Amino acid sequence: MSAPLIPDLFAACKVLTGAIIWVVNQIVLAIAIVIPPFRGLAEWLGSDPVVTALTWLVVMTVMLLWATLVNLLTVMWLERKLYSRLQDRYGIMVSIWSLPFWPFNRKDRPTHMGLGYLQNVADGVKLLLKENLTPRDADSAMFHMAPVLIAASTLMIFVALPWSSGFYVVRLDLNLLFILAAFSLAPFGILMAGWSANNKYTLVGGMRAAAQLMAYEIPMILCVIALVFTTGSLDVFEIVAQQERPLVDLGLFAIPAWNLFGPQILGFVVFTVAMMAEMERIPFDVPEAEAELVEGWTTEYSGMRFGLVFGFKWLRMVAGSALIAILYLGGWTGPVFATFQVGGIAVPIVPEELWFILRVWLLSMVFVVVSWSVPRVRIDQILQIGWKRLVPFSLLAILVAAGAALVGWGP
Amino acid sequence: MPGFWINMGPQHPMTHGLWNMKVKIDGETIIDARPELGYLHRGYEKIMEVREFQKNVVLTDRLCYVSSLTWSHAYCLATEKMMGVEVPERGQWIRVVALELQRVASHLMWLAAFAPDLGLLTGLLWSLRERELFLDLIQILSGARMNQNFPRIGGVRNDLPDNFAAMCRRSIAHFLEKLDEYEVLYHESKVFHMRTQGVGRLGAQDAINWGVTGPNLRASGVNVDLRRLDPYDKYDEVDFEPQVWKGPDPGDSYARFICRYNEMRVSCDIILQALDKMPASGPYRSKPPRRAEGEGYARTEDSRGEALFYVLGDGDDRPYRVKIRSPIFCSMAATPLMLRGNKLADVVSILGSIDVCVGEMDK
Repeated sequence: MSAPLIPDLFAACKVLTGAIIWVVNQIVLAIAIVIPPFRGLAEWLGSDPVVTALTWLVVMTVMLLWATLVNLLTVMWLERKLYSRLQDRYGIMVSIWSLPFWPFNRKDRPTHMGLGYLQNVADGVKLLLKENLTPRDADSAMFHMAPVLIAASTLMIFVALPWSSGFYVVRLDLNLLFILAAFSLAPFGILMAGWSANNKYTLVGGMRAAAQLMAYEIPMILCVIALVFTTGSLDVFEIVAQQERPLVDLGLFAIPAWNLFGPQILGFVVFTVAMMAEMERIPFDVPEAEAELVEGWTTEYSGMRFGLVFGFKWLRMVAGSALIAILYLGGWTGPVFATFQVGGIAVPIVPEELWFILRVWLLSMVFVVVSWSVPRVRIDQILQIGWKRLVPFSLLAILVAAGAALVGWGP
Repeated sequence: MPGFWINMGPQHPMTHGLWNMKVKIDGETIIDARPELGYLHRGYEKIMEVREFQKNVVLTDRLCYVSSLTWSHAYCLATEKMMGVEVPERGQWIRVVALELQRVASHLMWLAAFAPDLGLLTGLLWSLRERELFLDLIQILSGARMNQNFPRIGGVRNDLPDNFAAMCRRSIAHFLEKLDEYEVLYHESKVFHMRTQGVGRLGAQDAINWGVTGPNLRASGVNVDLRRLDPYDKYDEVDFEPQVWKGPDPGDSYARFICRYNEMRVSCDIILQALDKMPASGPYRSKPPRRAEGEGYARTEDSRGEALFYVLGDGDDRPYRVKIRSPIFCSMAATPLMLRGNKLADVVSILGSIDVCVGEMDK
């Protein structure tokens, strides 16, 4: 039995929005004692369409904060700590006692023997304070639009990506297609950024992004087609619901009916490799190969624009890991869903959200370990991997999935 | 189809130092390349004419900060030949130990630059970690981690410190274990093979014609090692095998990598042998004359190739003329040949594997 911590994000946010509007309305009504027309403003604020519209804003803000302040920061921190350990060093160690204001500026506490979780926040603040340069000959409008396009398309993934059966912004009919479409928008932003900066390095980087787009995008979609043979649905909620049953019951524990265990194993491998190229992790990060192209397509960005295009790579990693977890690893299903009652509401001890982010973060760590232990491939090699290996394998995965669907074999 | 020129340098992550590799690309394919050197030219040969013989050792240390001992040793060797000074036996053995320690440290620095060129930053940190072992040994021996000012005309600055042999053996045993661990990262990595094999091919004939020396020449399958062919110090009494690429496809980046990698093992072996064969005690330094006349010429197997010093004295206490032949300066002439026809991303793979050191290249 599943139990999300947040059964309905929209309803929860509506309560929150109502509370905010009530507080605002008290102020407006107080003003209305002096200026009577303000009473109409209070009535308009309290009306249903306005509350609904404001609730959407609150829902999206909650998801944005959840994605960036919780997931982005944590995964960045996990990566920096983990690859430091791979390289036999401690990694970031700045502790909270190094903050320069009360109550943290304690001189008697070690400032650099902590966990370093706030290092990324400090880096972000530093980038915000830096000057934002635009090259003289750059196409200024496109140059400034590209980071917005990349950031916006990445955040669009999170509109449709659910974190549990209740924690999502909106439930679209074909949300899997929407997620994949939002994923593949970013390379256009990369090409735009690379071309508009009027720099040879960024141009080569942008062209590489455009060239490799097809090489991993097609096998990824083909794997989803293979998956549809098993699930019969493009709705991620439906796909997760189908995986929420035991495949083999071994008494004490049961092997769950994840799509991974069955005819989809080949599709899982191809999808994961293609997803690694999609997130531009190191074996496939040819658009920003810093060894030969300085910083690739991000060379000319500075300040927070650079921070945006740089940091959103981790957000794409979170989204990619979440998608793999949903499609192949059972999503937010978990073995323990004991609940206890608080005022008549069943609160889960280990909610769905926890099972899900556990999978997402662990999967991200797998990507981190892989990307810090292999060199980068060349652009012609990534095309070869894509067209000569991944596409045939994904076609084979379709064949296997179709045959399995025919004989009724599946998880 | 006309391509366009890309400057890879003078300030670029690919150039480990201050030089410029102009690359003309058509799409991703390199159709022409032109190395531009001289950004770091300090006029070494001229500066050395106004300093006394012994004080020049400090200068020659700075020729290549990664491999300073081998360079100052080559200068001392040439000056000794000019003066006719004989180095005591123990001094020669200490030189062998110091040179090989420096060679391993230099090769580890090369590996630390080569791996991140290919996108493998873990290799950087691992190599620098092990390099500290050898820099510590050099520090115990000479008092400085880098730019040691250790060789003297007529010997070395000081004797081996107490217990140095045991320290060497312990560090080398640890290092050889770590070298086995490295093979997971390089030899067994499919992506590493993809990036290095068949890239930057340089045939034996071309390599000889362009004056390429050292591990880069041995990677092309030519068995040339001056420690064997023209032994100096006590290398003729040491038993070792020059690392020559014997497999198929000679002269690519992978062959150069393998030759350098195996040379680290061989150098460790030479150090152990030298510590065993060294006389237990004795003089390590003989007194050179203050003024000298004549000409001396010495070539040594530097970490990067054949280092040559030609010193001419006119009876004064400083050289009349010095000529330095640096191996990478000559190897650099062959890089357009190696680069043409490869992909843009191979520039780092090729130039990383030939181990550029700008200090000695520009002199």
